[in-house]
Amino acid sequence: MTHAPTHDHAETGAAHGEHGAHAEHHELGFWRRYVFSVDHKTIGIQYAVTGLLFLLFGFSLMMLMRWNLAFPGKALPLLGKILGDSRMPGGSMLPEFYNQLGAMHGTIMVFLGVVPLAVGGFGNFVVPLQIGAPDMAFPRLNMLSYHAYFWGGVVMLGSFFVPGGAAQGGWTSYPPLADILPAGQTWWILGMLLLITSSLLGAVNFITTIIQLRAPGLTFWRLPFFVWAQFVTSFLLLLAFPALQAAGIMQLMDRVAHTSFFLPQGLVVSGQVLKVSGGGSPLLWQHLFWFLAHPEVYVLILPAMGIVAEVIANNTRKPLWGYRALVYSVVTIGALSFVVWAHHMFMTGMGTVMSTFFQTTTMIISIPSVIILTCLILSLWGGSIRFTPPMLFALAFLPMFGIGGLTGLPLGLASPDIHFHDTYYVIAHFHYVVAPGTLFALFAGVYHWYPKATGRYLSTKLAHLHFWPSLLFINGVFMPMFIQGLAGMQRRLYDGGVAYTHTAHVLWLHKVISFSAWGLALAQIPFIINFFMSRKRGALAPDNAWDATTLEWAAPSPPPHGNFAVEPIVYRGPYEYSVPGHAGDFYPQFEPGPETVSPIPGNPEPAHA
Amino acid sequence: MSSAIPYTVETRPDTGLNNVKLGIWIFLASEVMLFGSLFAGYILLRTGNPTWGKGSELLSVPLATLNTAVLITSSVTMVMAWVAAMERKLGKFRLYMGSTVALGAVFMVVKAFEYQAKFHHGAPPSYSTFMACYFTFTGLHALHVLGGMIINFYFGFPGAKMMATDPQQFANRVETAGLFWHFVDLVWIFLFPVLYLLNFQAPPA
Repeated sequence: MTHAPTHDHAETGAAHGEHGAHAEHHELGFWRRYVFSVDHKTIGIQYAVTGLLFLLFGFSLMMLMRWNLAFPGKALPLLGKILGDSRMPGGSMLPEFYNQLGAMHGTIMVFLGVVPLAVGGFGNFVVPLQIGAPDMAFPRLNMLSYHAYFWGGVVMLGSFFVPGGAAQGGWTSYPPLADILPAGQTWWILGMLLLITSSLLGAVNFITTIIQLRAPGLTFWRLPFFVWAQFVTSFLLLLAFPALQAAGIMQLMDRVAHTSFFLPQGLVVSGQVLKVSGGGSPLLWQHLFWFLAHPEVYVLILPAMGIVAEVIANNTRKPLWGYRALVYSVVTIGALSFVVWAHHMFMTGMGTVMSTFFQTTTMIISIPSVIILTCLILSLWGGSIRFTPPMLFALAFLPMFGIGGLTGLPLGLASPDIHFHDTYYVIAHFHYVVAPGTLFALFAGVYHWYPKATGRYLSTKLAHLHFWPSLLFINGVFMPMFIQGLAGMQRRLYDGGVAYTHTAHVLWLHKVISFSAWGLALAQIPFIINFFMSRKRGALAPDNAWDATTLEWAAPSPPPHGNFAVEPIVYRGPYEYSVPGHAGDFYPQFEPGPETVSPIPGNPEPAHA
Repeated sequence: MSSAIPYTVETRPDTGLNNVKLGIWIFLASEVMLFGSLFAGYILLRTGNPTWGKGSELLSVPLATLNTAVLITSSVTMVMAWVAAMERKLGKFRLYMGSTVALGAVFMVVKAFEYQAKFHHGAPPSYSTFMACYFTFTGLHALHVLGGMIINFYFGFPGAKMMATDPQQFANRVETAGLFWHFVDLVWIFLFPVLYLLNFQAPPA
């Protein structure tokens, strides 16, 4: 199954540069090579490309919604006709369709876009390379993870075409509403169950791989921070997702077998008492959902932080500031993320004792997050910074994530949350974390590891055309939402809340946001062109494309099946840049030589082999 | 470098584990969270409901006791199958693995009779929150039993060829299947008292 056929030239082409010779396996047909591949690199690229496509699709849903928010009720030319009378009669959007777009935007961006790209894509491609392993521990399980994810995505997309359309209950699918919605909601649950299965199998694989397949000499304290971030992320997926799995099964039973897990007695729907046994609790769903969905927030951000750490160390040409503090922080975040979930539920009337507990834990979890951000910012101090494309995105991540994180503090406290709850302020807050935060970090990752995956650099010119307008427009999208939210504008209103007088003075910002969103879409065109063009026409990259220190750069680009020409041995920590007394400004983990002591405080002390 | 994945069969010295053994324990951790979430939901529903109403008296304790005995016995035969796999005795292995699968089938048949009786007596899942819990939890457990039976059947019969070609890896696989089977058994040990034995009848108002 996973055993590579022997290559006669594997040894000779082993060193560096001559990678074309053994990069392909002529024994495997098209299906085995591209569709049912068990190679972690192919699967990683499958995840990444599928994830990027879903991000684009989820973004398109939002651009449609932005039309109705900027011009409520106005007919959308051309596209309105194509979408048909059941969605946009006469070209103007039905509220039900707006709700479908909203629910699916959230679901797709989180579960089908960011997580597959950050964990499935970068995790699969980079982690085995960075730990010096030939593949993941369970390659066939890895293939199964991708296929479960893919079919979960197909089910989600298919739900747009069932009677009544896709899920309309928001990405949170709160009952009782979600229990009584049209059939699209059942499809949503089935799609989620597939995605959860995919994530669970992936998490088992990642944890086993990182524990078992580290190269000789690669102790835990020599792991790149990105691997640590993926390690903690996998535990979050492993232990938090089952709660949503359980909740999904219960909601499925409510919808299909007419049970009442989430339905209270005497529920009145459209003037009629619902004929169910009752006795359930809508709050149970919220507890189970947020038990997953808060750790999920860290699933979205931790791999992003990992990518930024790699890119910053590489492009400042100095060790990460406070490597151990970073690791302790990421582990602390992982543990604490399981006890903060009910800060999403301050408005449910669960009681002040509960609120006090959860606002306290929420304040505590902000501490390791701030430590990570501080370490990353301090890493810039005194570095000779190269403003490469990945570095631009990584640098933008720092203030953007900072804004997102700091604006979350008032939401984590029960009393200000009464004002902010369900306003555009909340949307602005978490989008600053995941859009200009996580997504920018993911773009940094694409620019950083693209040479490893293809052997060619992405064009720097096009990268600048991608980066600067994106940074401008994405702030144009989310900054005004803070203003709207502070004024009290409610989220999830299909017409943007034209009827409310208290927010009339901030309604005009909807147009600013919408035009920024469409501008942001245009700014992605250079990236799309770059992504496909550079595969064939980009400047050739050497194996160690960025003069980097971690193990993935010891493998040929693109790495062949089995990854490394010779089994790598690790001699030192992951970020030995600008080591005094060593020729050149980087001292790779895989380069034989004596232990070195980095002069920068907070850097990992060299372990004794 | 060979692209064979290390530690699939042999033990990694510093962790003391092979990949599959670590993998199954990690997987079981997520299973604990799955059933743990269901039990947590049960507690929240039960304590939040002043009229829990008819519960365990609708269920058949004798049949469930029988099923408990069946599953525990199957766990014993599963261990015996693993021992036989390590001793590389194919006949003995097939006997014990076959017994494990057969006992799993007995469990499922008894469960099917129980389910049928509930539907027959007008107590389907929609009857009450208790019945919803009963059907959902035992149903999910039954799916796990079914999954375990399929895996065990595969290792016991078509997959047993591997005992001749790669006995150590085969024994590891049987051990892994066994760990899963014991976990499924353990879940039942929690389900049985919670659903059948605790009498949650509400006091008369």
